[in-house]
Amino acid sequence: MSDRPITEDDLHAYVDGVLEPERRAEVAAYLEDHPDVARRVAAFSDQRDLLRKALAPIADEPLPPQLNLSGIIEKRQRRRAPVWWAVAAMLMLSIGGIGGWVVRGNLQASSGGLAALAQEAAYSYHVYAPDRVRPVEIRASDSTQLVQWVSNRLKQPVKLPDLTGAGYRLMGGRLIATSHGPAAMFMYDDDRGDRLVVLTRPMASEQSAPMAPHSGGDVSGFAWADDGMGYSLVGQAAAESLKPIANEVRRQARTI
Amino acid sequence: MSDMLRQVEPVIPALRRYARALVRNRAAADDLVQDCLERAVSNWERRREGDPRPWLFTILHNLAVNQFRRIARRGKHIAIDEANEDDFGQDAVQEQKLMYQEVLELLARLPEEQRAVLLLVAVEDLSYADAAKVLDIPIGTVMSRLSRARERLQREIEGTADGAPKKVVQLRSMK
Repeated sequence: MSDRPITEDDLHAYVDGVLEPERRAEVAAYLEDHPDVARRVAAFSDQRDLLRKALAPIADEPLPPQLNLSGIIEKRQRRRAPVWWAVAAMLMLSIGGIGGWVVRGNLQASSGGLAALAQEAAYSYHVYAPDRVRPVEIRASDSTQLVQWVSNRLKQPVKLPDLTGAGYRLMGGRLIATSHGPAAMFMYDDDRGDRLVVLTRPMASEQSAPMAPHSGGDVSGFAWADDGMGYSLVGQAAAESLKPIANEVRRQARTI
Repeated sequence: MSDMLRQVEPVIPALRRYARALVRNRAAADDLVQDCLERAVSNWERRREGDPRPWLFTILHNLAVNQFRRIARRGKHIAIDEANEDDFGQDAVQEQKLMYQEVLELLARLPEEQRAVLLLVAVEDLSYADAAKVLDIPIGTVMSRLSRARERLQREIEGTADGAPKKVVQLRSMK
């Protein structure tokens, strides 16, 4: 045994398990003789355990796509090849300009009414979802006013879908002009800031139509019509994850 | 590049945990980690040899501190996540969950500098020397902050257990 006095630092190092074995034994012996100090050290150890256990689940969560390191490396490499990047961007722009927002999928063949609605929802998403300043005209906090306003303008009782079960909060909404008259747009976001748009308006043709997927550019969604009202849900998430949300919107709209 | 992937990828969960414990908002914390990874990728050649963990935590910590300062300057509000049941193991019993939530609440009341030391040392297993590097402070300061953090957290835990939580929030706002 050395005759070095035990320090506060030793006690913390003891708690953190970073002492040399010899010193550790000395501290342990000291604690046996000093129950008050031993109690404090034991409390620090418990505290350490508790913190580790309380925070451990965060490290076990699956990583979101934004933290995919390969993706980050790739993005960086693209940036380091500016000429190629510029060429690729120009190509994408020209392709996008021609065909970017054209709605594809099952809808095109099947119908006029729903396809138009899906297209309007995609346009609305592209115009309003990237808007960081004023994506909606009336905020969720005034949702009663929002529902009243759009119901008046659509001359139909409009029900506000509640998507909290799917992890999406209502941000608010606005009125959209379409070639078929006004439509109500509601916007939602999740914890990651990913946004969804639900568009609804009265249908001139196809008063009732089964749910059909549509996609165009970088967005996809689902459209359907029930009792004269058409609905389209659009987002950037994968179609399979949007489907249950669309089902939920439809279920809620049916239970007015 | 594969070398970087091999060394950095395993640290990402710990970086998320540290960021989340510091800013207490999932989206804001993950944004910080993303920013940290982007910087790590751009500056990989400039790091020092050896374990990349302290280096990564240094980048992340500085980003977090800058964000705190920006928020303080602008008076901007970052929503604090409600304690989410999913954040705790599914099979954890209710009482344990409450204890976990409570200790995280109390942790959040520590001054930011004490919280950072406690997290780096007690949760992320950084050595005292590495924690000193990350925080750019002498090792003696690491030890004194660690000591103060533990004493204070202990008082809070005991205070809560007695059903008499201390009014630490008020003390803090007076500083």
